[in-house]
Amino acid sequence: MTVDSNAAARTPRKRTAAKKSAKKSPGAGAPDLVQLLSPEGRRVEDPAHAEYAAFVEDITADELRGLYRDMVLTRRFDAEATSLQRQGELGLWASLLGQEAAQIGSGRATRDDDYVFPTYREHGVAWCRGVDPTNLLGMFRGVNNGGWDPNSNNFHLYTIVIGSQTLHATGYAMGVAKDGADSAVIAYFGDGASSQGDVAESFTFSAVYNAPVVFFCQNNQWAISEPTEKQTRVPLYQRAQGYGFPGVRVDGNDVLACLAVTKWALERARRGEGPTLVEAFTYRMGAHTTSDDPSKYRADEEREAWEAKDPILRLRAYLESETDTDEGFFAELEAESEALGLRVREVVRAMPDPDRMAIFENAYADGHSLVDEERAQFAAYQASFSDAEGGN
Amino acid sequence: MAVQKLPLAKAINESLRVALDTDPKVLIMGEDVGKLGGVFRVTDGLQKDFGEDRVIDTPLAESGIVGTAIGLALRGYRPVVEIQFDGFVFPAYDQIVTQLAKMHARALGKIKLPVVVRIPYGGGIGAVEHHSESPEALFAHVAGLKVVSPSNSSDAYWMMQQAIQSDDPVIFFEPKRRYWDKGEVDTEAIPGPLHGARTVREGTDLTLVAYGPMVKVCLEVAAAAQEEGKSLEVLDLRSMSPIDFDAVQKSVEKTRRLVVVHEAPVFLGTGAEIAARITERCFYHLEAPVLRVGGYHVPYPPARLEDEYLPGLDRVLDAVDRSLAY
Repeated sequence: MTVDSNAAARTPRKRTAAKKSAKKSPGAGAPDLVQLLSPEGRRVEDPAHAEYAAFVEDITADELRGLYRDMVLTRRFDAEATSLQRQGELGLWASLLGQEAAQIGSGRATRDDDYVFPTYREHGVAWCRGVDPTNLLGMFRGVNNGGWDPNSNNFHLYTIVIGSQTLHATGYAMGVAKDGADSAVIAYFGDGASSQGDVAESFTFSAVYNAPVVFFCQNNQWAISEPTEKQTRVPLYQRAQGYGFPGVRVDGNDVLACLAVTKWALERARRGEGPTLVEAFTYRMGAHTTSDDPSKYRADEEREAWEAKDPILRLRAYLESETDTDEGFFAELEAESEALGLRVREVVRAMPDPDRMAIFENAYADGHSLVDEERAQFAAYQASFSDAEGGN
Repeated sequence: MAVQKLPLAKAINESLRVALDTDPKVLIMGEDVGKLGGVFRVTDGLQKDFGEDRVIDTPLAESGIVGTAIGLALRGYRPVVEIQFDGFVFPAYDQIVTQLAKMHARALGKIKLPVVVRIPYGGGIGAVEHHSESPEALFAHVAGLKVVSPSNSSDAYWMMQQAIQSDDPVIFFEPKRRYWDKGEVDTEAIPGPLHGARTVREGTDLTLVAYGPMVKVCLEVAAAAQEEGKSLEVLDLRSMSPIDFDAVQKSVEKTRRLVVVHEAPVFLGTGAEIAARITERCFYHLEAPVLRVGGYHVPYPPARLEDEYLPGLDRVLDAVDRSLAY
């Protein structure tokens, strides 16, 4: 539902004290949650959400299978990366497990000429933008701090300081508007980042300049160990109201709803109607990163409750019951999935450490005399060893 | 008319005007930069002539100003943003240090961040708290940034042109107490390199290195010392990152004595770096330790006491005497 002046009054969300057990979450029929596919994989027809549903009403079985394939391959890639971290090939990995629908739905809503500003967990969005998954692993292996060309896929570098990229997205969108282009910009962030001042400032700037930007907040319920209750006293999507633009809460485990709502928001931006906040209500099934231990701060039952809402299972149920998808499709995808895992494994294991002189590259675009001096000193220092060893 | 006599603020204004005129991608952004022309009138008349789309009054949020400027730069624009006063830059410090400075390297050189951050800085105008600070070392310490400060109208004009043309982010410190000082600007001159120091007075007995507002003080010191028969060389550093150590070295090899002067606190300041480097480069030439004159390790004092805090003629002369006494 789009926020209007009465929405908050109509939909007061009870703030029950955080219980040890599974957290309450909006389900089918919750008035403030856009859901088009139920956890059981059935189409939800809610006249209140017809405006969003219109964006996917003509979706074909092939397109649905495409979304399914995206989610399965993204999950497979993610699992491979987690394994590679356990094997010592990566220093760290931030898993997106459980957030596939939010990322694939929103990512597939973008056009080639749109620009995406991710945080550091948007592996599914990167996939949709055509960034090769192995390119994402360089920074987690420690061979670079980013490494892909943002302009090749209009997919900016991962941003580790949460919130910063929402301002970059807003500025970029201001530039799009200045250019008279009808592209849109989408900024990803999370429930934790919603507390950052930069996110508040990006809401202010985008509203004041009517910038064509969509703020896509994946509320995965946990900012490392802190539940959303530590970030906000109102549902996050309602924050938009105070800035004068719409906020929508969508079922983040429903790829169809995420696709529809994001398309709707991007279209608003293209039409010159300014920013939108989309809160994708989802769940971080795994740890924050491979360095994290969720058993210290959350109950297993909570995760189990969310497993029943798995984004991939629900689309599979729909494909099996409502489309002509046969077993062959799933079998082929399984094989493709394993091939992807193998390729990722091989590429990462073969990924060389950069040349040590790379430290001095790209600190500046136009050069800097001190960097030049230090590069020469470092090279001379290194060369002093080869001299001692008589060459090599 | 190629040569004009302009106050320093007006020289920057003219420079911005030329940049807006010649490159449609140049934007001016900041608080009150539009209709008001900035609190120091540095952007006076620019919005009237170039429109609200190019000279942009922003919300009062410094991180937002720099963060959106980064986004605009990624889109191909060349934003020149104004931070209203030195002490107001810190809400934007995260965006400057964490994003602006590092994004080019993070992208392995595939994107450029041609953003100029203008900061009126320094004391001497009797202002309230947070309006008189000199935080240049806090930026010069950060790889990825370039940091410059003009001391006169001509440099203000040309260094602004060069900063805007730079593909690296430049923090442009404007000596606010010199905004009204007039100097000749030759708009058809061929400027020297942005990051090169300049000898503004030749001498043989001791080198004074300064930049921004302190260059004028050092020239007064040199004139006073001349009356006592001491010949001081004055170097206008102009750039705090990179620093033209070669120019300082050349001067010190001649004079054998060095005093560095800045308004910023001495502790871990620009002078500390110059002292260390010059000691390393000129160890056998030096007749005295490198001395520094600057602010104390205290918060900037209330205006009635700022003359005690800021280096002035007498404090610099005292350091000159101490150096010459070795």
